[in-house]
Amino acid sequence: MDGFLLQVFSGLANGSIYAAVGLALVMIYQSTHHINFAQGEMATFSTFICWWLIDSGMSYWLAFFLTVGVAFIGGVVVQRVFIRPVERKPVLINVIVFVALLVIFNAMSGWIFDHTLKAFDSPFPVRSAVLPEYISGHQLGSLGVTLAVLLVIYLFFRFTPIGLAMRGAAQNPDSASLVGIRVTWMLALGWGLASAIGAVAGMMMAPIMFLDPNMMAGILLYGFAAALLGGIDNPWGAVAGGFIVGVLENLLGAYVIGSDLKLTVALVLIVGTLTLKPNGLFGQKVVTRV
Amino acid sequence: MNLLEVKNLSAWYGPTQALFNVNFHLSQGGITTILGANGAGKTTTLRSVCQTAKTSGDISFVGQSISGMSTDKIVRMGMAHVPDGRGTFTGLTVEENLKLGAYTRRDKDGVSEDIEKIYVRFPRLRERYSQQAGTLSGGEQQMLAISRALMLRPKLLLLDEPSFGLAPLIVQEIFEIMKSINQTDGVSMLLVEQNASLALNLADHAYLLETGKVVLSGPAEDIRADETIRRTYLGY
Repeated sequence: MDGFLLQVFSGLANGSIYAAVGLALVMIYQSTHHINFAQGEMATFSTFICWWLIDSGMSYWLAFFLTVGVAFIGGVVVQRVFIRPVERKPVLINVIVFVALLVIFNAMSGWIFDHTLKAFDSPFPVRSAVLPEYISGHQLGSLGVTLAVLLVIYLFFRFTPIGLAMRGAAQNPDSASLVGIRVTWMLALGWGLASAIGAVAGMMMAPIMFLDPNMMAGILLYGFAAALLGGIDNPWGAVAGGFIVGVLENLLGAYVIGSDLKLTVALVLIVGTLTLKPNGLFGQKVVTRV
Repeated sequence: MNLLEVKNLSAWYGPTQALFNVNFHLSQGGITTILGANGAGKTTTLRSVCQTAKTSGDISFVGQSISGMSTDKIVRMGMAHVPDGRGTFTGLTVEENLKLGAYTRRDKDGVSEDIEKIYVRFPRLRERYSQQAGTLSGGEQQMLAISRALMLRPKLLLLDEPSFGLAPLIVQEIFEIMKSINQTDGVSMLLVEQNASLALNLADHAYLLETGKVVLSGPAEDIRADETIRRTYLGY
Protein backbone atom coordinates (compact mmCIF):
# COMPACT_ATOMS: atom_id res chain seq x y z
CA MET A 1 0.00 0.00 0.00
CA ASP A 2 2.80 2.42 0.89
CA GLY A 3 4.49 1.71 -2.42
CA PHE A 4 1.24 2.35 -4.23
CA LEU A 5 0.69 5.72 -2.55
CA LEU A 6 4.28 6.63 -3.26
CA GLN A 7 3.70 5.99 -6.95
CA VAL A 8 0.46 7.96 -6.92
CA PHE A 9 2.04 10.99 -5.29
CA SER A 10 5.05 11.01 -7.53
CA GLY A 11 2.65 10.55 -10.46
CA LEU A 12 0.73 13.63 -9.35
CA ALA A 13 3.97 15.60 -9.05
CA ASN A 14 5.06 14.65 -12.58
CA GLY A 15 1.47 15.02 -13.76
CA SER A 16 1.39 18.65 -12.67
CA ILE A 17 4.29 19.33 -15.03
CA TYR A 18 2.55 17.48 -17.88
CA ALA A 19 -0.56 19.47 -17.06
CA ALA A 20 1.35 22.73 -17.44
CA VAL A 21 2.85 21.65 -20.78
CA GLY A 22 -0.57 20.37 -21.92
CA LEU A 23 -2.19 23.68 -20.98
CA ALA A 24 0.46 25.58 -22.93
CA LEU A 25 -0.19 23.39 -25.98
CA VAL A 26 -3.95 23.89 -25.74
CA MET A 27 -3.63 27.66 -25.38
CA ILE A 28 -1.71 27.84 -28.63
CA TYR A 29 -3.94 25.28 -30.30
CA GLN A 30 -7.02 27.37 -29.50
CA SER A 31 -5.67 30.43 -31.24
CA THR A 32 -3.80 28.80 -34.15
CA HIS A 33 -5.41 25.35 -34.51
CA HIS A 34 -1.96 23.82 -34.64
CA ILE A 35 0.20 21.97 -32.15
CA ASN A 36 3.25 23.97 -31.18
CA PHE A 37 5.95 21.33 -31.63
CA ALA A 38 8.51 23.83 -30.34
CA GLN A 39 6.78 24.18 -26.96
CA GLY A 40 9.21 21.79 -25.25
CA GLU A 41 12.35 23.26 -26.77
CA MET A 42 11.23 26.79 -25.91
CA ALA A 43 10.79 25.63 -22.32
CA THR A 44 14.23 24.00 -22.31
CA PHE A 45 15.81 27.20 -23.61
CA SER A 46 14.08 29.21 -20.87
CA THR A 47 15.32 26.72 -18.29
CA PHE A 48 18.87 27.22 -19.58
CA ILE A 49 18.43 30.95 -19.07
CA CYS A 50 17.39 30.28 -15.48
CA TRP A 51 20.38 27.95 -14.98
CA TRP A 52 22.72 30.60 -16.38
CA LEU A 53 21.26 33.30 -14.12
CA ILE A 54 21.69 31.08 -11.05
CA ASP A 55 25.15 30.06 -12.21
CA SER A 56 26.16 33.71 -12.41
CA GLY A 57 25.18 34.17 -8.78
CA MET A 58 21.52 35.16 -8.78
CA SER A 59 19.23 33.75 -6.08
CA TYR A 60 16.88 30.98 -7.25
CA TRP A 61 13.56 32.76 -6.98
CA LEU A 62 14.81 35.97 -8.53
CA ALA A 63 16.14 33.91 -11.45
CA PHE A 64 12.84 32.01 -11.58
CA PHE A 65 10.67 35.10 -11.95
CA LEU A 66 13.10 36.78 -14.29
CA THR A 67 13.06 33.68 -16.51
CA VAL A 68 9.25 33.64 -16.53
CA GLY A 69 9.34 37.26 -17.68
CA VAL A 70 11.93 36.58 -20.37
CA ALA A 71 9.99 33.53 -21.57
CA PHE A 72 6.82 35.63 -21.80
CA ILE A 73 8.50 38.28 -23.90
CA GLY A 74 10.19 35.58 -25.98
CA GLY A 75 6.82 33.95 -26.69
CA VAL A 76 5.32 37.27 -27.81
CA VAL A 77 8.30 37.91 -30.08
CA VAL A 78 8.10 34.42 -31.62
CA GLN A 79 4.43 34.97 -32.45
CA ARG A 80 4.99 38.42 -33.95
CA VAL A 81 8.06 37.43 -35.97
CA PHE A 82 7.49 33.82 -37.04
CA ILE A 83 3.82 32.89 -36.62
CA ARG A 84 1.93 36.02 -37.60
CA PRO A 85 3.24 36.08 -41.20
CA VAL A 86 1.97 32.52 -41.79
CA GLU A 87 -1.30 32.82 -39.82
CA ARG A 88 -3.54 32.47 -42.83
CA LYS A 89 -1.23 30.17 -44.80
CA PRO A 90 -1.92 26.44 -45.37
CA VAL A 91 -1.50 23.91 -42.57
CA LEU A 92 1.70 22.45 -43.96
CA ILE A 93 3.49 25.80 -43.92
CA ASN A 94 2.51 26.27 -40.30
CA VAL A 95 3.73 22.82 -39.35
CA ILE A 96 7.06 23.50 -41.04
CA VAL A 97 7.43 26.77 -39.13
CA PHE A 98 6.73 24.94 -35.86
CA VAL A 99 9.27 22.23 -36.67
CA ALA A 100 11.78 24.89 -37.67
CA LEU A 101 11.27 26.62 -34.33
CA LEU A 102 11.86 23.30 -32.59
CA VAL A 103 15.18 22.82 -34.39
CA ILE A 104 16.19 26.46 -33.90
CA PHE A 105 15.56 26.47 -30.16
CA ASN A 106 17.17 23.07 -29.69
CA ALA A 107 20.25 24.18 -31.59
CA MET A 108 20.43 27.49 -29.76
CA SER A 109 20.35 25.69 -26.39
CA GLY A 110 23.24 23.46 -27.48
CA TRP A 111 25.18 26.25 -29.16
CA ILE A 112 24.97 28.77 -26.33
CA PHE A 113 24.97 26.46 -23.30
CA ASP A 114 26.64 23.32 -24.85
CA HIS A 115 25.41 19.74 -24.75
CA THR A 116 26.86 18.55 -21.42
CA LEU A 117 24.39 17.48 -18.76
CA LYS A 118 23.95 20.17 -16.14
CA ALA A 119 22.82 19.62 -12.59
CA PHE A 120 19.99 21.97 -11.67
CA ASP A 121 19.43 22.27 -7.94
CA SER A 122 15.94 22.25 -6.54
CA PRO A 123 14.99 25.27 -4.44
CA PHE A 124 13.00 23.04 -2.13
CA PRO A 125 14.28 21.04 0.89
CA VAL A 126 15.07 17.39 0.22
CA ARG A 127 12.67 16.21 2.88
CA SER A 128 9.04 17.17 2.46
CA ALA A 129 7.26 18.94 5.31
CA VAL A 130 4.09 16.91 4.84
CA LEU A 131 3.84 13.15 4.24
CA PRO A 132 7.64 12.77 3.98
CA GLU A 133 7.29 9.03 3.52
CA TYR A 134 5.31 9.41 0.29
CA ILE A 135 6.55 12.54 -1.43
CA SER A 136 9.89 14.29 -1.76
CA GLY A 137 10.46 17.95 -1.04
CA HIS A 138 10.95 18.82 -4.70
CA GLN A 139 7.87 16.88 -5.77
CA LEU A 140 5.71 18.70 -3.23
CA GLY A 141 7.30 22.02 -4.18
CA SER A 142 6.85 21.58 -7.92
CA LEU A 143 3.28 20.39 -7.38
CA GLY A 144 2.65 23.56 -5.37
CA VAL A 145 4.29 25.83 -7.95
CA THR A 146 2.45 24.37 -10.94
CA LEU A 147 -0.88 24.41 -9.10
CA ALA A 148 -0.27 28.06 -8.22
CA VAL A 149 0.48 28.82 -11.87
CA LEU A 150 -2.69 27.03 -13.01
CA LEU A 151 -4.73 28.96 -10.43
CA VAL A 152 -3.29 32.29 -11.55
CA ILE A 153 -4.01 31.44 -15.20
CA TYR A 154 -7.54 30.40 -14.32
CA LEU A 155 -8.23 33.61 -12.39
CA PHE A 156 -6.70 35.66 -15.18
CA PHE A 157 -8.91 34.17 -17.88
CA ARG A 158 -12.03 34.05 -15.74
CA PHE A 159 -12.02 37.46 -14.10
CA THR A 160 -9.95 40.01 -15.99
CA PRO A 161 -11.20 41.96 -19.03
CA ILE A 162 -8.03 41.18 -20.95
CA GLY A 163 -8.41 37.46 -20.19
CA LEU A 164 -11.97 37.62 -21.48
CA ALA A 165 -10.78 39.46 -24.58
CA MET A 166 -8.16 36.77 -25.19
CA ARG A 167 -10.78 34.05 -24.96
CA GLY A 168 -13.00 35.98 -27.34
CA ALA A 169 -10.16 36.54 -29.80
CA ALA A 170 -9.18 32.85 -29.81
CA GLN A 171 -12.77 31.72 -30.22
CA ASN A 172 -14.06 34.10 -32.83
CA PRO A 173 -11.39 36.45 -34.20
CA ASP A 174 -13.75 38.18 -36.64
CA SER A 175 -16.29 39.12 -34.00
CA ALA A 176 -13.50 40.05 -31.63
CA SER A 177 -12.21 42.70 -34.01
CA LEU A 178 -15.79 43.94 -34.37
CA VAL A 179 -15.89 44.78 -30.64
CA GLY A 180 -12.59 46.61 -30.92
CA ILE A 181 -10.17 43.89 -29.75
CA ARG A 182 -6.73 43.93 -31.38
CA VAL A 183 -6.82 40.27 -32.24
CA THR A 184 -3.22 39.72 -33.32
CA TRP A 185 -1.94 41.22 -30.08
CA MET A 186 -4.22 38.97 -28.07
CA LEU A 187 -2.80 35.96 -29.91
CA ALA A 188 0.71 37.22 -29.19
CA LEU A 189 -0.16 37.55 -25.50
CA GLY A 190 -1.41 33.95 -25.60
CA TRP A 191 1.95 32.86 -26.97
CA GLY A 192 3.70 34.79 -24.23
CA LEU A 193 1.61 33.11 -21.54
CA ALA A 194 2.06 29.66 -23.04
CA SER A 195 5.80 30.20 -23.25
CA ALA A 196 5.90 31.38 -19.61
CA ILE A 197 3.91 28.34 -18.44
CA GLY A 198 6.29 26.10 -20.40
CA ALA A 199 9.24 27.79 -18.73
CA VAL A 200 7.81 27.01 -15.28
CA ALA A 201 7.34 23.38 -16.32
CA GLY A 202 10.93 23.23 -17.56
CA MET A 203 12.35 24.74 -14.38
CA MET A 204 10.38 22.27 -12.27
CA MET A 205 11.50 19.37 -14.45
CA ALA A 206 15.22 20.20 -14.55
CA PRO A 207 16.04 19.13 -10.96
CA ILE A 208 14.48 15.72 -11.69
CA MET A 209 16.10 15.08 -15.05
CA PHE A 210 19.41 16.99 -15.44
CA LEU A 211 19.40 19.84 -17.88
CA ASP A 212 20.39 19.25 -21.51
CA PRO A 213 19.02 20.56 -24.82
CA ASN A 214 16.73 17.55 -25.27
CA MET A 215 15.33 17.58 -21.75
CA MET A 216 11.75 18.47 -22.68
CA ALA A 217 11.45 16.29 -25.79
CA GLY A 218 9.89 13.40 -23.85
CA ILE A 219 7.94 15.73 -21.59
CA LEU A 220 6.34 17.33 -24.64
CA LEU A 221 5.00 13.89 -25.59
CA TYR A 222 3.46 13.48 -22.14
CA GLY A 223 2.07 17.00 -22.38
CA PHE A 224 0.64 16.22 -25.80
CA ALA A 225 -0.92 13.01 -24.47
CA ALA A 226 -2.38 15.05 -21.59
CA ALA A 227 -3.84 17.66 -23.95
CA LEU A 228 -5.33 15.04 -26.28
CA LEU A 229 -6.71 12.92 -23.47
CA GLY A 230 -8.40 15.92 -21.88
CA GLY A 231 -9.63 17.26 -25.21
CA ILE A 232 -7.38 19.50 -27.26
CA ASP A 233 -9.86 22.40 -27.17
CA ASN A 234 -10.38 22.34 -23.42
CA PRO A 235 -7.66 23.90 -21.21
CA TRP A 236 -8.98 22.40 -17.98
CA GLY A 237 -9.34 19.04 -19.69
CA ALA A 238 -5.64 19.25 -20.53
CA VAL A 239 -4.83 19.93 -16.88
CA ALA A 240 -6.92 16.96 -15.74
CA GLY A 241 -5.34 14.92 -18.53
CA GLY A 242 -1.89 15.84 -17.23
CA PHE A 243 -2.60 14.45 -13.79
CA ILE A 244 -4.22 11.33 -15.23
CA VAL A 245 -1.24 10.70 -17.52
CA GLY A 246 1.23 11.27 -14.66
CA VAL A 247 -0.43 8.84 -12.29
CA LEU A 248 -1.18 6.26 -14.96
CA GLU A 249 2.37 6.34 -16.27
CA ASN A 250 3.81 5.82 -12.80
CA LEU A 251 1.45 3.03 -11.79
CA LEU A 252 1.86 1.16 -15.06
CA GLY A 253 5.63 1.66 -14.85
CA ALA A 254 5.77 0.31 -11.32
CA TYR A 255 3.39 -2.62 -11.58
CA VAL A 256 2.82 -3.59 -15.19
CA ILE A 257 5.29 -2.67 -17.87
CA GLY A 258 8.43 -1.62 -16.01
CA SER A 259 10.11 1.76 -15.99
CA ASP A 260 11.81 1.36 -19.37
CA LEU A 261 8.56 1.45 -21.26
CA LYS A 262 7.03 4.47 -19.51
CA LEU A 263 7.20 6.74 -22.54
CA THR A 264 5.22 4.13 -24.44
CA VAL A 265 2.29 4.90 -22.17
CA ALA A 266 2.19 8.41 -23.58
CA LEU A 267 2.35 7.15 -27.15
CA VAL A 268 -0.33 4.54 -26.57
CA LEU A 269 -2.55 7.18 -24.98
CA ILE A 270 -2.05 9.49 -27.96
CA VAL A 271 -2.88 6.83 -30.53
CA GLY A 272 -5.66 5.38 -28.38
CA THR A 273 -7.35 8.73 -27.81
CA LEU A 274 -7.14 9.70 -31.46
CA THR A 275 -8.65 6.43 -32.66
CA LEU A 276 -11.23 5.75 -29.96
CA LYS A 277 -12.29 9.16 -28.68
CA PRO A 278 -10.80 11.92 -30.83
CA ASN A 279 -12.47 14.69 -28.81
CA GLY A 280 -10.84 13.52 -25.59
CA LEU A 281 -12.51 12.97 -22.25
CA PHE A 282 -13.66 16.57 -21.75
CA GLY A 283 -13.51 17.96 -25.27
CA GLN A 284 -16.43 19.18 -27.31
CA LYS A 285 -17.61 17.61 -30.46
CA VAL A 286 -17.47 20.30 -33.10
CA VAL A 287 -20.54 20.30 -35.26
CA THR A 288 -20.49 22.48 -38.36
CA ARG A 289 -23.57 23.49 -40.24
CA VAL A 290 -23.25 22.55 -43.88
CA MET B 1 -22.46 66.77 -41.98
CA ASN B 2 -23.32 63.21 -42.87
CA LEU B 3 -22.46 60.55 -40.33
CA LEU B 4 -21.28 58.21 -43.03
CA GLU B 5 -20.23 59.20 -46.52
CA VAL B 6 -19.25 56.57 -49.06
CA LYS B 7 -17.76 57.62 -52.39
CA ASN B 8 -16.78 55.43 -55.35
CA LEU B 9 -16.58 52.33 -53.21
CA SER B 10 -15.38 49.17 -54.94
CA ALA B 11 -14.66 45.90 -53.17
CA TRP B 12 -12.99 42.62 -54.05
CA TYR B 13 -12.90 39.05 -52.85
CA GLY B 14 -9.59 37.83 -54.21
CA PRO B 15 -9.68 38.69 -57.93
CA THR B 16 -13.48 38.95 -58.03
CA GLN B 17 -14.95 42.41 -57.86
CA ALA B 18 -18.13 42.52 -55.80
CA LEU B 19 -18.89 46.26 -55.66
CA PHE B 20 -18.58 48.83 -58.45
CA ASN B 21 -18.33 52.53 -57.57
CA VAL B 22 -21.04 52.55 -54.96
CA ASN B 23 -22.01 55.94 -53.53
CA PHE B 24 -24.27 56.53 -50.57
CA HIS B 25 -24.51 58.49 -47.38
CA LEU B 26 -26.27 58.30 -44.10
CA SER B 27 -27.43 61.27 -42.05
CA GLN B 28 -27.13 61.56 -38.30
CA GLY B 29 -29.96 59.78 -36.47
CA GLY B 30 -31.36 58.14 -39.59
CA ILE B 31 -32.00 54.58 -40.62
CA THR B 32 -30.84 53.71 -44.11
CA THR B 33 -31.51 50.37 -45.68
CA ILE B 34 -29.70 48.61 -48.48
CA LEU B 35 -31.91 46.26 -50.44
CA GLY B 36 -31.17 43.79 -53.16
CA ALA B 37 -31.25 40.17 -54.19
CA ASN B 38 -28.81 37.47 -53.14
CA GLY B 39 -25.32 38.28 -54.33
CA ALA B 40 -26.08 41.94 -55.00
CA GLY B 41 -23.32 43.05 -52.63
CA LYS B 42 -25.30 44.02 -49.52
CA THR B 43 -23.15 42.15 -47.03
CA THR B 44 -20.02 43.25 -48.87
CA THR B 45 -21.11 46.86 -48.49
CA LEU B 46 -21.32 46.48 -44.72
CA ARG B 47 -17.99 44.65 -44.61
CA SER B 48 -16.41 47.41 -46.66
CA VAL B 49 -17.71 50.10 -44.34
CA CYS B 50 -15.96 48.49 -41.35
CA GLN B 51 -12.97 47.51 -43.49
CA THR B 52 -13.18 43.75 -43.17
CA ALA B 53 -13.17 43.47 -46.97
CA LYS B 54 -10.61 44.68 -49.49
CA THR B 55 -11.81 48.01 -50.86
CA SER B 56 -10.97 51.10 -52.84
CA GLY B 57 -12.73 54.45 -52.79
CA ASP B 58 -13.35 56.82 -49.96
CA ILE B 59 -15.33 56.18 -46.80
CA SER B 60 -15.64 58.81 -44.12
CA PHE B 61 -17.24 58.35 -40.73
CA VAL B 62 -18.00 61.28 -38.37
CA GLY B 63 -16.13 63.47 -40.83
CA GLN B 64 -12.93 61.44 -40.78
CA SER B 65 -11.62 59.21 -43.56
CA ILE B 66 -11.54 55.58 -42.45
CA SER B 67 -10.38 53.95 -45.69
CA GLY B 68 -7.59 51.51 -44.93
CA MET B 69 -7.98 51.92 -41.17
CA SER B 70 -7.95 48.74 -39.08
CA THR B 71 -11.33 47.40 -38.02
CA ASP B 72 -10.67 47.70 -34.29
CA LYS B 73 -9.84 51.41 -34.68
CA ILE B 74 -13.04 52.06 -36.63
CA VAL B 75 -14.97 50.24 -33.92
CA ARG B 76 -13.38 52.50 -31.32
CA MET B 77 -14.70 55.51 -33.24
CA GLY B 78 -18.23 54.29 -32.55
CA MET B 79 -19.22 51.91 -35.30
CA ALA B 80 -20.79 48.62 -34.26
CA HIS B 81 -21.44 45.78 -36.65
CA VAL B 82 -23.88 42.91 -36.20
CA PRO B 83 -22.54 40.62 -38.92
CA ASP B 84 -24.41 37.97 -40.86
CA GLY B 85 -24.54 34.75 -38.90
CA ARG B 86 -24.83 36.99 -35.80
CA GLY B 87 -21.21 36.74 -34.70
CA THR B 88 -21.85 36.06 -31.03
CA PHE B 89 -19.15 34.36 -28.99
CA THR B 90 -20.91 31.02 -28.74
CA GLY B 91 -18.54 29.54 -26.15
CA LEU B 92 -18.89 32.47 -23.76
CA THR B 93 -21.84 33.25 -21.50
CA VAL B 94 -24.44 35.87 -22.33
CA GLU B 95 -23.00 38.24 -19.75
CA GLU B 96 -19.44 37.71 -21.02
CA ASN B 97 -20.65 38.52 -24.53
CA LEU B 98 -22.10 41.79 -23.27
CA LYS B 99 -18.92 42.62 -21.36
CA LEU B 100 -16.82 41.97 -24.45
CA GLY B 101 -19.11 44.33 -26.35
CA ALA B 102 -17.99 47.05 -23.93
CA TYR B 103 -14.32 46.06 -24.25
CA THR B 104 -13.27 49.49 -25.54
CA ARG B 105 -15.02 51.37 -22.74
CA ARG B 106 -13.35 52.35 -19.49
CA ASP B 107 -16.40 53.58 -17.53
CA LYS B 108 -17.19 50.57 -15.34
CA ASP B 109 -20.35 52.06 -13.84
CA GLY B 110 -21.69 53.01 -17.24
CA VAL B 111 -21.08 49.47 -18.47
CA SER B 112 -23.02 47.85 -15.61
CA GLU B 113 -25.78 50.42 -16.15
CA ASP B 114 -25.96 49.54 -19.84
CA ILE B 115 -26.04 45.80 -19.12
CA GLU B 116 -28.98 46.49 -16.79
CA LYS B 117 -30.70 48.54 -19.52
CA ILE B 118 -30.28 45.67 -21.95
CA TYR B 119 -31.75 43.21 -19.50
CA VAL B 120 -34.76 45.50 -19.17
CA ARG B 121 -35.11 45.65 -22.94
CA PHE B 122 -34.53 41.91 -23.42
CA PRO B 123 -35.77 40.16 -20.26
CA ARG B 124 -34.96 36.81 -21.84
CA LEU B 125 -31.27 37.62 -21.85
CA ARG B 126 -31.42 38.29 -18.11
CA GLU B 127 -32.94 34.85 -17.57
CA ARG B 128 -30.07 33.31 -19.52
CA TYR B 129 -27.20 35.56 -18.39
CA SER B 130 -24.95 32.69 -17.22
CA GLN B 131 -25.78 30.39 -20.14
CA GLN B 132 -23.40 29.81 -23.03
CA ALA B 133 -24.47 31.92 -25.99
CA GLY B 134 -24.36 28.87 -28.28
CA THR B 135 -27.23 27.30 -26.36
CA LEU B 136 -29.62 30.19 -27.04
CA SER B 137 -32.36 30.03 -29.64
CA GLY B 138 -31.89 31.86 -32.93
CA GLY B 139 -34.02 34.82 -31.85
CA GLU B 140 -32.26 35.10 -28.50
CA GLN B 141 -28.88 34.99 -30.24
CA GLN B 142 -29.94 37.81 -32.56
CA MET B 143 -31.05 39.84 -29.52
CA LEU B 144 -27.70 39.12 -27.92
CA ALA B 145 -25.84 40.12 -31.07
CA ILE B 146 -27.68 43.46 -31.20
CA SER B 147 -27.20 43.98 -27.47
CA ARG B 148 -23.53 43.20 -27.72
CA ALA B 149 -23.21 45.84 -30.42
CA LEU B 150 -25.15 48.37 -28.32
CA MET B 151 -22.74 47.87 -25.41
CA LEU B 152 -20.25 49.86 -27.44
CA ARG B 153 -22.61 52.90 -27.23
CA PRO B 154 -22.24 53.20 -30.98
CA LYS B 155 -23.00 56.22 -33.13
CA LEU B 156 -23.72 53.91 -36.03
CA LEU B 157 -25.05 50.37 -35.98
CA LEU B 158 -24.53 48.14 -39.02
CA LEU B 159 -27.07 45.33 -39.16
CA ASP B 160 -26.77 42.42 -41.55
CA GLU B 161 -30.12 40.68 -42.07
CA PRO B 162 -31.40 40.71 -38.50
CA SER B 163 -34.50 38.83 -39.65
CA PHE B 164 -32.57 35.92 -41.13
CA GLY B 165 -33.87 32.50 -40.09
CA LEU B 166 -36.23 33.81 -37.44
CA ALA B 167 -39.94 33.24 -36.86
CA PRO B 168 -42.15 36.16 -38.03
CA LEU B 169 -43.24 37.01 -34.48
CA ILE B 170 -39.64 37.27 -33.27
CA VAL B 171 -38.77 39.36 -36.32
CA GLN B 172 -41.59 41.76 -35.40
CA GLU B 173 -40.27 42.01 -31.87
CA ILE B 174 -36.70 42.64 -32.98
CA PHE B 175 -37.72 45.33 -35.46
CA GLU B 176 -39.83 47.06 -32.79
CA ILE B 177 -36.80 47.12 -30.52
CA MET B 178 -34.57 48.44 -33.28
CA LYS B 179 -37.03 51.26 -33.83
CA SER B 180 -37.01 52.15 -30.16
CA ILE B 181 -33.20 52.03 -30.05
CA ASN B 182 -33.09 54.48 -32.93
CA GLN B 183 -35.65 56.82 -31.40
CA THR B 184 -34.69 56.79 -27.72
CA ASP B 185 -30.92 56.30 -27.94
CA GLY B 186 -30.45 58.18 -31.22
CA VAL B 187 -28.36 55.40 -32.77
CA SER B 188 -28.13 55.69 -36.56
CA MET B 189 -28.46 52.45 -38.47
CA LEU B 190 -27.39 50.98 -41.75
CA LEU B 191 -29.63 48.01 -42.32
CA VAL B 192 -29.21 45.26 -44.88
CA GLU B 193 -32.32 43.17 -45.43
CA GLN B 194 -33.83 40.67 -47.79
CA ASN B 195 -37.26 41.34 -46.36
CA ALA B 196 -37.83 44.58 -48.27
CA SER B 197 -41.25 45.55 -46.92
CA LEU B 198 -40.05 45.17 -43.34
CA ALA B 199 -36.92 47.22 -43.99
CA LEU B 200 -38.78 49.97 -45.89
CA ASN B 201 -41.19 50.37 -43.00
CA LEU B 202 -38.39 50.94 -40.55
CA ALA B 203 -35.99 52.97 -42.68
CA ASP B 204 -36.21 56.57 -43.79
CA HIS B 205 -33.90 56.12 -46.75
CA ALA B 206 -33.22 53.22 -49.11
CA TYR B 207 -30.66 52.18 -51.68
CA LEU B 208 -31.19 49.36 -54.10
CA LEU B 209 -28.21 47.28 -55.16
CA GLU B 210 -28.02 45.10 -58.23
CA THR B 211 -24.88 43.04 -58.97
CA GLY B 212 -22.64 45.42 -57.08
CA LYS B 213 -24.09 48.72 -58.34
CA VAL B 214 -26.59 51.16 -56.88
CA VAL B 215 -29.53 51.19 -59.30
CA LEU B 216 -31.98 53.25 -57.26
CA SER B 217 -32.09 55.39 -54.19
CA GLY B 218 -34.51 57.67 -52.43
CA PRO B 219 -36.68 58.20 -49.36
CA ALA B 220 -38.08 54.90 -48.14
CA GLU B 221 -41.70 55.97 -48.50
CA ASP B 222 -41.26 56.94 -52.16
CA ILE B 223 -39.78 53.57 -52.95
CA ARG B 224 -42.47 51.86 -50.97
CA ALA B 225 -45.13 53.78 -52.88
CA ASP B 226 -43.72 53.18 -56.35
CA GLU B 227 -45.43 50.13 -57.67
CA THR B 228 -43.09 49.58 -60.62
CA ILE B 229 -40.02 49.52 -58.40
CA ARG B 230 -41.77 47.32 -55.91
CA ARG B 231 -42.77 44.75 -58.53
CA THR B 232 -39.56 44.81 -60.53
CA TYR B 233 -37.01 44.83 -57.78
CA LEU B 234 -38.61 43.94 -54.52
CA GLY B 235 -41.04 41.26 -55.58
CA TYR B 236 -43.99 41.88 -53.31
